[in-house]
Amino acid sequence: MDDRDLAQLFRAALEGDERAYGDFLQQAAELVRAWARRRTTFGRLDPEDVVQETLLAVHVKRHTWRTDGPVMPWLYAIARHKLVDALRRLGRQPGMDIGELQDELAAEEAETVRDWEIDRALEALTPGQRSVVTAISLEGRTIAEAARSLDMMETAVRVALHRGLAAIAKRFGRD
Amino acid sequence: METQKLIKALAVDARRSGMSMAYAWSVAGFAAIAVAAIVFFLLLGARTDIADAAQTVRFLFKFVVTIALAASAFTLLHVMARPEADVRRTLPRLVVAPALLLAAIAAELAVTSPDTWPVRLVGTNSLVCLTFIPLIGIGPLALLLAALRHGAPSHPALAGAVAGLTAGGIAATFYAAHCTDDSPLFVATWYTIAIAMLGLVGALAARRLVRW
Repeated sequence: MDDRDLAQLFRAALEGDERAYGDFLQQAAELVRAWARRRTTFGRLDPEDVVQETLLAVHVKRHTWRTDGPVMPWLYAIARHKLVDALRRLGRQPGMDIGELQDELAAEEAETVRDWEIDRALEALTPGQRSVVTAISLEGRTIAEAARSLDMMETAVRVALHRGLAAIAKRFGRD
Repeated sequence: METQKLIKALAVDARRSGMSMAYAWSVAGFAAIAVAAIVFFLLLGARTDIADAAQTVRFLFKFVVTIALAASAFTLLHVMARPEADVRRTLPRLVVAPALLLAAIAAELAVTSPDTWPVRLVGTNSLVCLTFIPLIGIGPLALLLAALRHGAPSHPALAGAVAGLTAGGIAATFYAAHCTDDSPLFVATWYTIAIAMLGLVGALAARRLVRW
């Protein structure tokens, strides 16, 4: 998929087309994943965390894209900003000692439940926002289903989702 | 949460996009000028001999320089608020106002005698200038930083400095109507210091506030 197709999807998405937006984010995730993997081979940074943080930033800052311009320079600029941010955070953490490192390696081999950075941000949401975000994302419900099961108006569900995602984007990686 | 599930949630939120940057900038720009005007007319007001002053080249040229600064910095700010902005290619736009000022200094030095230069440079209003340009500009700076926060600059501190220069250019344009020191030597010295103060405040504030 070249930049023009991607731009077309993004324009449709900005007009409210949910399916086009899903496809666009899918493509963007693949591009950023390949990009981030090449840049995180050396250390403790998980490229998938960079992918997720970039997608959240793409979402809350999508009004900064010039609709008549190319998408990829914009997308990679956001990814770079988020990667630099993540590396800086990592640099501030105290280094692990050998014992911890061994523990971590052992844990990776055991394929335990993955420790998602985004889940820490999810925990910081208000209970209302968290239940809406969880219903839509983890449980895969539609807006209408979520509204019914949570006994809320559909607009209220949409507002809670919107605010919840913005709050996750803001909190991502920050304690 | 897996990436697939995150994408699902984001896609459902497709319809609620933020205010366009073009709109944010026009609101911030107009509001910045309005706030500067209000503070200027409340605290200072125009000089009493403005009708006579408006006949002189020196007085009018102050506005050419300050408006050139405000306009060039403001358009640069539009670019810098986007993540993919190429700073090295766009930053040179800022030379317009300094170049105009340098030309004016050269002309001033050519037509005036050297023994009047110190008086022209020191003037009588330097402290007023250093006080009121930042005072008029601080409100506009806050508004421009708010718009910058809505954007996604890859270099927040640098963009904040440019916001400070924009606010400084707006403030200096109003202040120039009050000040009776019209020599380019005075403008190049005191206006520059006052505007640089706003630039510094903008850079420091943006580093804290414009994180995304």
